[in-house]
Amino acid sequence: MMLVAPLRTALTRLGAAVTAGVWRLGYAARFFFYLLVHSGTAFRRFRLTVREIYFAGVLSLIIILVSGLFVGMVLALQGYETLQRYGSSEALGVLVALSLVRELGPVVAGLLFASRAGSAITAEIGLMKATEQLSAMEMMAVDPIARVVAPRFWGGVISMPVLAALFSAMGIFGGYLVGVVLIGVDEGAFWSQMQAAVDVRNDILNGVIKSVVFGVAVTLIAVFEGYDAPPTAEGVSGATTRTVVTSSLAILALDFVLTALMFTGGA
Amino acid sequence: MADTDIAIIEDLSFAYDRRPVLHGIGLRIARGKVVAVMGQSGCGKTTLLRIISAALMPTQGSARVLGSVTSELDRDGLYALRRRMGMLFQFGALFTDMSVFDNVAFQMREHTDLPEDAIRDLVLLKLEAVGLRGAAQRMPTELSGGMARRVALARAIALDPQLILYDEPFTGLDPIALGVIARLVRQLNDSLGATSIIVTHDVAETLPLVDYVYFMADGRVVAEGTADEVRRSGVAFVEQFVSGAIDGPVPFHYPAAGYQADLGLAAAA
Repeated sequence: MMLVAPLRTALTRLGAAVTAGVWRLGYAARFFFYLLVHSGTAFRRFRLTVREIYFAGVLSLIIILVSGLFVGMVLALQGYETLQRYGSSEALGVLVALSLVRELGPVVAGLLFASRAGSAITAEIGLMKATEQLSAMEMMAVDPIARVVAPRFWGGVISMPVLAALFSAMGIFGGYLVGVVLIGVDEGAFWSQMQAAVDVRNDILNGVIKSVVFGVAVTLIAVFEGYDAPPTAEGVSGATTRTVVTSSLAILALDFVLTALMFTGGA
Repeated sequence: MADTDIAIIEDLSFAYDRRPVLHGIGLRIARGKVVAVMGQSGCGKTTLLRIISAALMPTQGSARVLGSVTSELDRDGLYALRRRMGMLFQFGALFTDMSVFDNVAFQMREHTDLPEDAIRDLVLLKLEAVGLRGAAQRMPTELSGGMARRVALARAIALDPQLILYDEPFTGLDPIALGVIARLVRQLNDSLGATSIIVTHDVAETLPLVDYVYFMADGRVVAEGTADEVRRSGVAFVEQFVSGAIDGPVPFHYPAAGYQADLGLAAAA
């Protein structure tokens, strides 16, 4: 009998937490649907979306390009170390390009995008809510989801694949610098083997699909967390943290699912 | 609804989840008047304003505003109603990523097809009305609290609303800014031929300004009338509120257990 009360309390809490989680998931799904339905403004007045592409995309360029360069350089160092043991150091270009285009480009760019742009989007929308700017918009008969959220969402979705592509391109350049210029791998072999091995549909297109999916996931999480943030300093801070954590986990989980779907069929 | 009433609230109750906030409120806002809803913090006056602006729906009773029962409106109807209203938020709620000019032009650009030249003239007209034409190109972060409130007021009247709602318009202002806002509220209401509802607890600035007052306590209307009528109403709460007495129907001490018991003196004795 002594155990019944604590057990009941624990079960009640568990039930409440699960119910709250399911309710929030449902709310997020309805939010996403509403956002899609009211995305007309983001395209009719495309300058609103262009402004968000600038904030989410252009201002993320530095971190994406620098990170891409270093990731490519490290890949080349590590790859050469392994490949030269088997006498196939000419395949370094292939290793660097496939690693970047298939995996590291979309995933690492996605993680950086979540930290740099996702957190900024959440904080901005959350602060607009906390300072009643969204309520003011509602009172002016302007739908904040159409006017504020949708342009940010589409700005992020458009920016992400471009950033992932630039990350991969910069990574390949970094691999070239280390592999060819520094270590001395044959330049012709580096580029020709890469060109022969990287397939547009299987590798590049799948990488682009991944980056689009990550862009949708990260930006949706960012705008939802901002819109749903409690209108206090603590609320906005918590929402910003949740954006980075949830987006990062979502990217890694989605990457596993997409990789399983894309690259294991022909094995 | 009589032609003279721009808003009628009847037997209105409201609860947040299961926590009741408003109980059987009834009030009428006559066209062209400046009406105050006063009461201490937490008495439900801001909730009432949010119901009038159709941001919240009553749990019971009805709010008829500008001829429409708010709870019967769909999204389009709601937005059509709000285009006929203006609202001044407690701290202005200016869009911080836009200049003063763009803040005032916001609704014109969203809801009209006016050419940019005409919008420019209208915005300067509105800013001139609040004395801030010279600050048109400044950003909201470069304004003082009083200036920000005036810009927000210019934005609230951008489309010449029939009903202007003010949520604590005097909070946090210095005496000069406070006087300016008070004068503007009256002046703009009369020059636009609008009706104004002010939710506030600022007695000194509000009573000389308004045509009619509702006093609220614990989610109920406890007194109403002109400023002189409520001053003479004899309602204990109103007398305490107007005089600012620290004790009365609203006690100084929050309900608590016995002081001595809390200090452990009763047990020792």
